[in-house]
Amino acid sequence: MSSVQLVLDGHTIEMPTGTTIWEAAQRSGIEIPSLCHQPDVTPVGVCRMCVVDVGERVLAASCVRACEAGMEVETNSDRVRAHRRKLLELLLREHPLPCDREQTTADCELEALGRAYGLLAKDATVVVESALPGHSVSESIRRPTDLSSPVIAVDHQACIMCDRCIRACDEVQSNEVIGRTGKGFAAQIAFDLDAPMGSSTCVACGQCAAACPTGALTDRVVTLPLAPRDQLTPVDSVCPYCGVGCAVTFHTAPTAPSPAPPPHQPRLTAEDSHCDPPPQIVFAEGRTSPVNQGRLCVKGRYGWDYATHSQRLTQPLIRREDAYPKGPLSSEVAGSTESRRRKPGGIVDYDEVLPAFREATWEEALDLVANRLLAIRSEYGSPALAGFGSAKCSNEEAYLFQKLIRAGLGTNNVDHCTRLCHASSVAALMETIGSGAVTNVFADVARSDVALVTGSNTTANHPVAATFIKQAAKRGTKLIVVDVRSHPLTDFADHFVRIRPGTDVAFYNALMHVLIREDLVDADFINARTEGFDGLREMVLENYAPHQVASVCGVPVAEIEHVARTIGTAGSMLVFWGMGISQHTTGTDNARCLISLCLMTGNIGRPGTGLHPLRGQNNVQGASDAGLIPMVYPDYQAVTDGAVRDRFSHAWGKPLDDQPGLTVVEIMQAALAREIRGMYILGENPFISDPNLNKVRQALSRLDFLVVQDIFLTETAEFADVIFPASSYLEKTGTYTNTDRRVQLGRAVLQTPGAAREDWLILCDLGRRLGLSMDYATVADVFQEFASLTQNYQTLSHDNLGETGKLWPCPNPATDDGTPILFTEAFPTASGRGAFVPCHYQPAEELPDREFPFVLNTGRVLEHWHTGSMTRRSSALSQLEPAAFAAIHPSDLEVLDITSGDRVRISSRRGEIELAARADRTIEPGSVFIPFHFREAAANVLTNDALDPYGKIPEFKFCAVQIAPCN
Amino acid sequence: MCFGFFVVFRQCQSPELVGFLLLFVVNGMDRVLTDEMVSEIKALFARYPTKQAVTLPALHLVHRELRQVPLEAVVEIAELLELAPAQVQDTLTFYGFFHQGKPHGQTRAWVCRSISCHLRGADNLLEHLCDRAGIQPGQTTEDGKLTVEFAECLGACDFAPCMLAGEKLHPCLTKESIEDFVESLG
Repeated sequence: MSSVQLVLDGHTIEMPTGTTIWEAAQRSGIEIPSLCHQPDVTPVGVCRMCVVDVGERVLAASCVRACEAGMEVETNSDRVRAHRRKLLELLLREHPLPCDREQTTADCELEALGRAYGLLAKDATVVVESALPGHSVSESIRRPTDLSSPVIAVDHQACIMCDRCIRACDEVQSNEVIGRTGKGFAAQIAFDLDAPMGSSTCVACGQCAAACPTGALTDRVVTLPLAPRDQLTPVDSVCPYCGVGCAVTFHTAPTAPSPAPPPHQPRLTAEDSHCDPPPQIVFAEGRTSPVNQGRLCVKGRYGWDYATHSQRLTQPLIRREDAYPKGPLSSEVAGSTESRRRKPGGIVDYDEVLPAFREATWEEALDLVANRLLAIRSEYGSPALAGFGSAKCSNEEAYLFQKLIRAGLGTNNVDHCTRLCHASSVAALMETIGSGAVTNVFADVARSDVALVTGSNTTANHPVAATFIKQAAKRGTKLIVVDVRSHPLTDFADHFVRIRPGTDVAFYNALMHVLIREDLVDADFINARTEGFDGLREMVLENYAPHQVASVCGVPVAEIEHVARTIGTAGSMLVFWGMGISQHTTGTDNARCLISLCLMTGNIGRPGTGLHPLRGQNNVQGASDAGLIPMVYPDYQAVTDGAVRDRFSHAWGKPLDDQPGLTVVEIMQAALAREIRGMYILGENPFISDPNLNKVRQALSRLDFLVVQDIFLTETAEFADVIFPASSYLEKTGTYTNTDRRVQLGRAVLQTPGAAREDWLILCDLGRRLGLSMDYATVADVFQEFASLTQNYQTLSHDNLGETGKLWPCPNPATDDGTPILFTEAFPTASGRGAFVPCHYQPAEELPDREFPFVLNTGRVLEHWHTGSMTRRSSALSQLEPAAFAAIHPSDLEVLDITSGDRVRISSRRGEIELAARADRTIEPGSVFIPFHFREAAANVLTNDALDPYGKIPEFKFCAVQIAPCN
Repeated sequence: MCFGFFVVFRQCQSPELVGFLLLFVVNGMDRVLTDEMVSEIKALFARYPTKQAVTLPALHLVHRELRQVPLEAVVEIAELLELAPAQVQDTLTFYGFFHQGKPHGQTRAWVCRSISCHLRGADNLLEHLCDRAGIQPGQTTEDGKLTVEFAECLGACDFAPCMLAGEKLHPCLTKESIEDFVESLG
C-alpha cells in the first residue's frame, strides 16, 4: 500500500494514501474537534469545526481532506482557533442554554466546545457575556419541539444541521426516515414528509439520538430522570431480547427507597429487603462489539423497564385450597367471551389472579415442590414428569435445568421453545451436515455476492442483523428475498419473490432444477464434499421444472430462472432464514432444500457463504447447546448412546433414562391424555406460545402438579400449584450464546426484588431436595461443569470470554475471537461429507376452503417479544404498539366490508378471537397476519398443532381461518 | 415503501396526514402521477448515472403538469426512483420554485428585483402588478389565473426591469406593459 509523508503540528508522520487529516491526527494522538464527523459514517464536512491550516488561502476541513505528500498541517494555530471560535459563537447564539442534552446526560458537544473556547463559563452553562453578548433565544424565533415519539424528544432549536442523525438513520440503520426541509433560516431536519416523529415511519431505534451532538434529539425518560453520565454506574452486558445478542451498556442510578407495595402485591420480608436503595436503569446504549458495532433497536435501547414493573413476583406463592379444582383465573385465559375486558397494555389484572394464591416461604415452597414431584414419580414413574426450560435463560440455568429433570426426576422429557422455532432447521442441519449451528456469522453478509433471505421478517425480528443485510445490499451484495409478505427488507432487495404460503419446497426444488439443467452447480464441491447428489438430481429434474412449479408457488417461470441464474453465477451466497421456513409441517423439508441449494453451489465453508438460521431468543443456541432437548445431552450427545449416557450418569451421580423424551407439543398432548402428571416450567409461557390454546388450557388444567418459575404471574402460572419468583435477565450473571455462536457474558445490572431469587440458586436448592449434588460456589462453576462435558465450550470460562464474548469453537480464547466460519474442510458427519436429502413438495396440513377461506400467518412485531410478558410491561414498547391487531390486505377488507380499525372476529376450526383489523398492503390478498403477543386476542387460539414429523415443530405459519366483522 | 405508510397510518396523529395517508393506503389505486408522467420519468433514467439524479427532472416534470408537487406525488416519485420519501422532499423543499399543497395560477409571473431591475423601479412595478391583481407577492388570484412572485435575478439585466410570465420574458417593463399583461389574462 502506498503512503504519504506529511508534517502534522511539527511532527513528521507517514500515513497510507487516502487517510484523511482527521484520521491521521486521531492516530497520532491529536484531538481535532468536530461536530458533524463520526468515524462510522461518511464524512460530509458540513460543520467546519474540524478545519486545519494546510498553508492554503482557506482552511481545510480535516474530516474530508486527504493527507498529501509534503503537506504541513497546523491543527491548533491561532488562525484555526479564531475560526473555530467564530463558528462556535454563531452556533451558540441561538442555542438553548442549557439544551436538553446538557440538562440530562450533560454531554452536549457544542456546549463543551463553547466552554473550551471561552464562550461559556467553565462550571455552569451560562455565556461569558463579554464573549457572547446579548445571547438569547427569543420566543418569536424559537423553533418547535416535537414530543410525539414516546422515546425520543426533538428540539429543533438545538439542531445545528450537522447531518449526524441523517447518516445514522440512512447509513447505519438504513431506515431512511430523516431528511431536511427548507433552506437557509427555515432549514431543519424532517421526518418523512415533515411529519411529527411519532407519526413518521421512524422505528424508534434511537440511533439518531445516540449520534446527535446536541439536545436536538435526546432519549426521553423511561424510568428515572436522565442524569449526567459521571453520576451513573455503567454496567456492560448483553441485550435480553433476540438472538442477535447486541452488546449493551446499562447506565444505572440508585433509586429512592420504594414506597409501600400495593395491597395485592406480596410483601417484602424484612431479611430480604436491601439496605441500600436498589439500582435502576436510567438509560442504555449500544456497545462496540463485532456483533452490533454499537447499534441497538427499540427493544434493546428502551425496553428494559419491565424488570422493575410493579407486577414483579417477590415471594413464593402456593395455590390456596379453595382455588381447586385448577383452571384459568383471568377472563382472558378462561377464554370467556362476555367479560373480555380490553385494558390498555393488556397485561394481567392481578386483582383477578392473586387471590387464588397465598404467600409462602422458600422452604415451604421448595419442600412442597420436591415432595409432590417425587410422589408423582413414585406413583406413576418418571415418564409422568416433564420440564420446559427457556431460551431466555442462561447457558448455566439451561444446563442445571436439564440436569435436574434428567438426573433428579429421571426423565428426558425436557424441552424448550426452540421446539417452536428452529427445531426443524436443527433437525435438517444435523441430518445433512452434522451440526445445528450457523456456519457463518451474520456480519459475513458484507462479503457475499448474493444474500438470500427467506421466511424472515428480519427488520422486525432481528433488527440489528437486518441493518447489516441492508448495508450489504446497498454496497453491492445482491439481495434476494423470498417471502409471503413484502416486509421492509424487500425495499432493499434486487429480487423479491413473493411465493404462496407453504410452497417453499416446490420453489427451491425448481431453483435447483434450473441450476442443474443449466450446469450452474459446483461440480468440484459436490464431488469432494457431498454425497447423495444423484438422488436429488433425478428427483428435481424429473418433477420440478419451473413450468411444473410456477402455478403451485405463484412465481412465473422467468422469475424462477432469473433467481436461479443469479444464485448460480454468484461467487458466494449466504442464506438467512427464519420461522417462515421452520414453522411448517414441512419445516424440515424446507430447511433441507436450503441446505441442498448451498451444497450444490458450493456455498459452505468460505467467507460470504453459508447457512444462517436466524435464532429467535437471546439464548436459543445456548439452551440447545446446554441440552434442553429431549433427545440429547449437552453438546448434542445422544441420550440413546450408551457410552455417552454412562459419562453423564457418572458426572451427575444418578442413573439416566435411555429413551429420548417428548417434545413441547407432545408433552402438552400427553398432559391432556393424563400421561404427564407433573410439570416444572421455567420461564416459558405455553398458554400464549403453544399452538391450539383451547387444548393447552385443558392440558394445563389436568396436570396433577405444576410449578412455574417466572418473573410475572403469567397466563401459564394461572394453572400452577406453586410459583417461584425468579430473577429477570437484568438481575443475574450468566452466559448467553447468540445466533452467531458467540458466547457472551450477561452481567447483573439490578437486584432481584423482594424474596425473588436468581434462577440458578432456585434450581440448586430444588436439585438438592431431589437428591442431586448441586453445590456450586458461583455461577461460573456451573459453566465450568457444563463446559467440561462438551467439546465446543471446553476451552471457555467466564474469565476468558472478554468484553465481547467468543465464537465457539474457540481453541485459544486468550488470543482468539473464535471461529466465524465452520466446515472449511469437512463436515462433522460420519463420512465427513454433507448429504443431499431430496424432498417432495407437500401442501400444508390444513388448506383454506369455502368455510375457512383465509390463510393465517402468525409472527412477531418489532416492538414486542413473544408472549408479551416483558414487552407489554415496558412503557415505551407498550405505547408504541399497545394492542392486538390483524393485518389484512385492503382489497380483502373492501370485499368483507370492513374498515381499517374495525373489530373483527377471526375463527378457525379450533377457536375464535376478536381484534382490530388493520389495512396492510404488505399482506398478500387471501392471507391474514396476526402477531401472537397479545393475551386478549391470542393468535394461538387459532393455530394448528399439527407437527412436522422430524423436528416436531407445529405449523404456526399456516392454517385456515374465516374473518367476519363484529357487530 | 408501502411498509412505511402502513406504519405511519397506524400511528398517525395529524388529521391532514391521516386524510392523505388514508387516500394512499386504502385507495392505493388513486395515484397522482398519470401513466404518461410515469413513463416520461422512466424515460429519463437512461440519461442520468443514477435514479437519484432524476429527482429534480422528475419534480420539474410533475410540477409542469400539476403546477405543484403534492405530498402524494413525492411518495410516488420516491417509489419510482427507489428513494425514501424524505430524500425527495428534502430536495424539493430546498427550492422555492416548487409549490406544494396548492397549485400556482394558470400564469406564474416573476418580477425581477435584483440590482439592475431594482435601480430601474422594479419595486414599484411589482407593487403595481400586485395592486392590479389584488394579491400580495407569493399569492394567487381567487380565479386561479395569476400567481405573482418576485425573482432574485432572471438573468436579463440588459432588459431591466423585467418579468417572466410562464416561459415568456417581458423586457423593459412599464406600468403600461403591466396593464397590457393583466388584460391579456382575460
